[in-house]
Amino acid sequence: MMKLQYQHVHKAFGEKTVLDGIDLNVGVGGAIALIGASGSGKSTLLRCTNLLEPIDDGAILLDGDDITEPGRDADPIRRRIGMVFQSFNLFPHMNVLSNVTLSPRKVLGKSKAEANDAAMAMLTRFGLADKAGDYPDRLSGGQQQRVAIVRALQMNPEVMLLDEITSALDPELVGEVLNVVRDLRADGMTMIIATHEMSFAREIADTVCFLKNGVIAEQGPPQQIFSAPTHPDTRDFLARVIASGRL
Amino acid sequence: MHGADAEQASAPSRSAPGRRAEFERAQRRRSTLLATASTAVLLGLIIWQVPKLSGWQRVRKSFFDRKTFSDAFDPVLHAFWLDVKIFLVCAPLIILFGMLIALSRSVRSPLLFPLRMAATLYVDIVRGVPIILWLYLIGFGGAGLMNVREVGFGPIKIGTYLFLGGVALVVTYSAYVAEVFRAGIEGVHESQRSGARSLGLSTWHTNRHVVLPQAVRRVIPPLMNDFISLQKDVALVSVLGPIEALRRADVLQDKLFNFTPFVVAAVLFLCVSIPLTRTADYLLAKERRTMSGTAVR
Repeated sequence: MMKLQYQHVHKAFGEKTVLDGIDLNVGVGGAIALIGASGSGKSTLLRCTNLLEPIDDGAILLDGDDITEPGRDADPIRRRIGMVFQSFNLFPHMNVLSNVTLSPRKVLGKSKAEANDAAMAMLTRFGLADKAGDYPDRLSGGQQQRVAIVRALQMNPEVMLLDEITSALDPELVGEVLNVVRDLRADGMTMIIATHEMSFAREIADTVCFLKNGVIAEQGPPQQIFSAPTHPDTRDFLARVIASGRL
Repeated sequence: MHGADAEQASAPSRSAPGRRAEFERAQRRRSTLLATASTAVLLGLIIWQVPKLSGWQRVRKSFFDRKTFSDAFDPVLHAFWLDVKIFLVCAPLIILFGMLIALSRSVRSPLLFPLRMAATLYVDIVRGVPIILWLYLIGFGGAGLMNVREVGFGPIKIGTYLFLGGVALVVTYSAYVAEVFRAGIEGVHESQRSGARSLGLSTWHTNRHVVLPQAVRRVIPPLMNDFISLQKDVALVSVLGPIEALRRADVLQDKLFNFTPFVVAAVLFLCVSIPLTRTADYLLAKERRTMSGTAVR
């Protein structure tokens, strides 16, 4: 059973082609890691999946249903797909609890008490209960990113898109965020993870896709991609990653 | 050898914080001294030189006459309340209309294109004509159209010209304030919209709960500047006839053959605008501090 299917997905910004025919299947409970240099199209693919960017050609199917059909209302689809951003995108004028409960209340129509209870339960689970009343700028980057994950999870999404969620963090804060992702994985959440953390991709993904110039140059299980890459570009990329000490 | 060098080099720097503090204290003392001296010299020159000007006695009598000042103070102060009232009624209306116009200019739905175009035209036309000219146009034009002496709001009745003067202020200032709001709305980073939309929030909820609250917070200091101007521009209503402070001072000046009532009016306006200006500066400084504090970590 496929959760998400990408069929010949094309996307250009003006003259620049960013996605040049992406074909990819994501099974229910699957975890896909997207790797590749900056500008290879990882983020754009995630933004297109959440309909933050319209695609130019091809289709993206959620449970077999074409969500990229032009003119379709995006809001009900976005509810089912959670997204976490590199720069957290928390709302700076609201405290943590309000950040996390805004969409359950306004979109799902939950009562304040109901939304607060659900939010506090999850904040507690991820060690953020004592931060509920704080504003985002009082938190560390790692805490902010964990709040952003909790915020997305409050909508009970069927898929989580993680867009380089540790790239803006100081090295010592990466671990606490990755632990949350491990938790989600253990719960069987379907995930697509754009990342520069190769060892994490290797550990958590069941499929790794190497993107270059808007195409998936190579995909396969992590052991194969990291130990025996067949495509010369993948080998090149991994060699550079190793040289920079990130693997 | 190398180790000894390093030791020597680092020795003075260890005592540096103390030396630096002392240096800065001396600098501050010197700055204060200089500022005091230059102010004293300047004031001294003014006090010493201005009375020597040939017209000084005449100016002193006609602008700074103590008796006229105290005689004019009560009537001008009384009239000044009208300025305050106009301000207090117009300011909230200006905020309301300014916000509506700003929102109309920001809509992207093709269905609402006429609204967007009307709002854009409105802002362009209103800002392109001097405020005092709008007062004449709306005041005399409106009075001709309405053809009544008074306008009633329930038990409260106000003169037609006073009403139209207020209308003109709301019409003009709304356009300026709308632009401030629009800048604030556009200043909210796109990532905030992405964050909200990714959660399934509609355009309306995104604006209402995420974009507008941040936009409004951002524009409070620049808005304060517009309202400081408004606080003075309420005096323009006097061109239509209502007896507010400036008009009352003008009448007194006619009667007493002395300009001191104008000085009284000026002092009264200052009593309100200086605290307002200081508050705006304080808010601006505070805003700048918070902004630098929320840099992405």
